[in-house]
Amino acid sequence: MNYFLTYLIVFAVGGLVCLIGQVIINLTKFTSARILVTFLLLGVLLETIGVFKYIKDFAQAGITIPIIGFGSNLAKGAIEGAQQDGLIGALVGGAEASAAGVAVAIFVGFVVALFAQSKTKK
Amino acid sequence: MKNKEYLKTVKKEMPKTKHLRTMLRAFLVGGLICCVGQGISDILKAIFPAMTEEVVAQFTIITIITITGILTGLGVYDEIGNFGGAGSIIPITGFANSIVSPAIEHKREGYIFGLCANMFSIAGPVIVFGITASIIVGLIALIFPGWFAK
Repeated sequence: MNYFLTYLIVFAVGGLVCLIGQVIINLTKFTSARILVTFLLLGVLLETIGVFKYIKDFAQAGITIPIIGFGSNLAKGAIEGAQQDGLIGALVGGAEASAAGVAVAIFVGFVVALFAQSKTKK
Repeated sequence: MKNKEYLKTVKKEMPKTKHLRTMLRAFLVGGLICCVGQGISDILKAIFPAMTEEVVAQFTIITIITITGILTGLGVYDEIGNFGGAGSIIPITGFANSIVSPAIEHKREGYIFGLCANMFSIAGPVIVFGITASIIVGLIALIFPGWFAK
């Protein structure tokens, strides 16, 4: 496999997603929470209409590392849950699929915050 | 001075945000972070060839979140954020940073109401919207199973 090309595509697509986000921030003064929610919902939408997997085949980490990938994971988990386990799958599938990221982020956040000292902003 | 006039003056006097520069920086930082993610995933695949793609994806996210948490604790991620703007917010590292950073900042207000309660000041909305949207999608998939291919 051609690593150089893969990484070039990952860089370009990932960069482009962030560039679009920066344009939105510049034009609307969105806070980071709003930007994160917007792109998360975009990911849910892309997965739901079935487009995400084609982008993922092409761009790999370029689209899965942005929070769009997190949104897609949520939707994918819910859809697969609904197909395999019915109602309970539809309800918990999304949470299950995103559990790794959320759980580790909470754990790491707690442990790091216990040891880190807050610096006064310059 | 009336409010409107004042706002007009403020807008005129404010330095113009350097759109092109912030966009270029977001592109660079965002692209680089995604490449780091791709690198972690490729390394994991090389070390553990038996792992399924799904497990590799989860470990990639776990690894990159852990690295971000530590970098935030060391104060390095703030520098990246100052430089990269949206490039440091939109990748999953931005989500991790949004949990760790307020936790550190509010630590002095106490562990329960400072550290723990503020962990979710930004991540909270993301999780609420994410889970809600996933349940809606799940219910749609339940009611209209034909819409989603296996």
